[in-house]
Amino acid sequence: MIEIKNLHAKIEGKEILKGLNLKVNAGEVHAIMGPNGAGKSTLASILAGREEYEIIEGEVTFEGSDLLELSTEERAHLGLFLAFQYPVEIPGVSNVNFLRTAINEIRDAKGEDPISAKDFMAMVREKSKIVELDSSLASRSVNEGFSGGEKKRNEIFQMAMLNPKLAVLDETDSGLDIDALRIVAKGVNTLKSANNATIVITHYQRLLDYIVPDFVHVLYDGRIVKTGNKELALKLEEKGYDWIKEETQVG
Amino acid sequence: MAQYTENELAKDLDKQDYKFGFVTDVETDKIPEGLNEDIIRLISSKKNEPSWLLEYRLKSFEIWKSMAEPNWAHVRYKKPDFQKIIYYAAPTQTKKYESWDDVDPEMKETMAKLGISLEEQKKLTGVAVDFVMDSVSVATSFKSKLKELGIIFCSFSEAVQEYPELVKEHMGTVVPNTDNFYAALNSAVFTDGSFCYIPKGVRCPMELSTYFRINAGGTGQFERTLVIADEGSYVSYLEGCTAPQRDENQLHAAVVELKAMNDAEIKYSTVQNWYPGDENGLGGIFNFVTKRGICETNAKISWTQVETGSAVTWKYPSCILKGDGSIGEFYSVAVTNNYQQADTGTKMIHLGKRTKSTIISKGISAGNSENSYRGLVQIQKNAHGARNFSQCDSLLMTDHCGAHTFPYIECKNPSAQIEHEATTSKIGEDQLFYCKQRGISEEKAISLIVNGYCKEVLNQLPMEFAVEAQKLLAISLEGSVG
Repeated sequence: MIEIKNLHAKIEGKEILKGLNLKVNAGEVHAIMGPNGAGKSTLASILAGREEYEIIEGEVTFEGSDLLELSTEERAHLGLFLAFQYPVEIPGVSNVNFLRTAINEIRDAKGEDPISAKDFMAMVREKSKIVELDSSLASRSVNEGFSGGEKKRNEIFQMAMLNPKLAVLDETDSGLDIDALRIVAKGVNTLKSANNATIVITHYQRLLDYIVPDFVHVLYDGRIVKTGNKELALKLEEKGYDWIKEETQVG
Repeated sequence: MAQYTENELAKDLDKQDYKFGFVTDVETDKIPEGLNEDIIRLISSKKNEPSWLLEYRLKSFEIWKSMAEPNWAHVRYKKPDFQKIIYYAAPTQTKKYESWDDVDPEMKETMAKLGISLEEQKKLTGVAVDFVMDSVSVATSFKSKLKELGIIFCSFSEAVQEYPELVKEHMGTVVPNTDNFYAALNSAVFTDGSFCYIPKGVRCPMELSTYFRINAGGTGQFERTLVIADEGSYVSYLEGCTAPQRDENQLHAAVVELKAMNDAEIKYSTVQNWYPGDENGLGGIFNFVTKRGICETNAKISWTQVETGSAVTWKYPSCILKGDGSIGEFYSVAVTNNYQQADTGTKMIHLGKRTKSTIISKGISAGNSENSYRGLVQIQKNAHGARNFSQCDSLLMTDHCGAHTFPYIECKNPSAQIEHEATTSKIGEDQLFYCKQRGISEEKAISLIVNGYCKEVLNQLPMEFAVEAQKLLAISLEGSVG
């Protein structure tokens, strides 16, 4: 699905990623954990194509394409989706209008015809149930006046609508109460299939009680320093990150 | 569910240049350039006008000569040389068309290019169109159907001939020839325009629409529009404007007068797309227009404008809320790009009790343009319980454009309530990135965001016009984020 090799990247002269390696296959869920400032959100931003970051070296292959050569929208057309840590408000643009535009742009890139209004609305009804999103939110302006929980649920709703191959969830659990967390996790689990993959970026183990990862990676100082299974996440929860830091320095 | 016109935009975005910049090769009857009494007499005689109108023109000319060109607007331009303008240019084939088939094919093609093929419109849309090319009105459709209801919708010249008493009674009562420099000029030299009268209690069953086009070089366009909605009537009136691409600046100085009698309602919508000049600021239309309406008791006038064109715009559609309980509304989107300058807004003059006004202004500045909102809310002594709400938003697309707001409030009645809100924002990189991450191209993302920003205003437009306006916004702003 995606393979990241020796990725180095900087912003405003400061190197954030320092040789990151990661391989994700179809059907897998990977969790990336790490202390503040380790480079978790940087990784998400670079995968999605934010231009502020400068790639110093390394390569990223996504579905056989050189990801770093592609524009943000081309990456989306190939099936890369980022659930934003801070979803953006777009006043006056309804959620459905936004999504229909997005879906048709993606279809157009694949040489497919635009979706019919009927099929689209049926899809909205079906997918909004997955995240228990009130249908009125679908016709409201994108994220405008949404509560923190609604914004995050809306991200997962968009993910359901766009049906990506690879979804990157950037701190989707931040600011969520336990009920919202459960709904978001249920949504992600429902969408999981043998053909897609998910990278869950999180600070806390809490989300992983609901979205069970196949692999847990610890990102520290711009590199993945430890990889394990769900037990690793529990250990981090219990012991914090200090032992990782020490281990890394010793190593 | 809303129309997803964004999807249609892609085709139009290929042609980001001014797509109305063609010149139609129609023979025109021009008079010599320059302005003096003889020219005015010539215009009047060409139009076979009654003597009272000639006198009105000459009086206006005297007034104009005593006036100075206004300087207070936040715009800079080379003042027009009024002796270098041709004040009358008409397609030579000006005889009345008996039927649509008689209209010059070239002219029909012009209209087709403008996307207002009357033939189609007749069948499909139910919009009655009066088309004013250069100075003369060439075709009005649907006239007979309207006539059955007693509605008069015709060119101004025709109204002068056919309904002189109505014209004489109302012309200049809302915008007097002493009002301002350009209104005085228009009153002296106006050549045509549109006239509309809705009788008592009649609800006009279709949108009435006028298209203005400046075609001949070196000419100015000075049209007058007079809309009278008699007691308890309703009319929705649309106006669209285009001009060919020329290196010179052409002057457009129109006067629009609206009269809403007791309990009447007039909805007046404009999509103004005069040639804005090229990307270096060369050429383009100077659009100096006086638009004003009077509301009698419980009457309502609503102005909606989408302004994307003209090199310099100077325009303040206003409402005089004379009657008790009358309502004035102003919804505006003004887009400036490259070196365009716009100074536009409204005046709401509250005279009657419990009068209400709403002002929603959305300015969008791109390139090196300057975009100003200038508005006056005036509450007079007797306007007990008057209310106003104003919202003026500015959206900046680049770092080198300007957005300015000049709101004036004068309140002479302590029971009045006035609210004013204003915001200025730059189009968000975060918003663009969010759209792109969802697979939406930058151009389409800008169009989505801008249309969302203007939604409150676009919602006021009749459907076909709203679609047209959305496309215009996208074309005007193509490639403008920076």
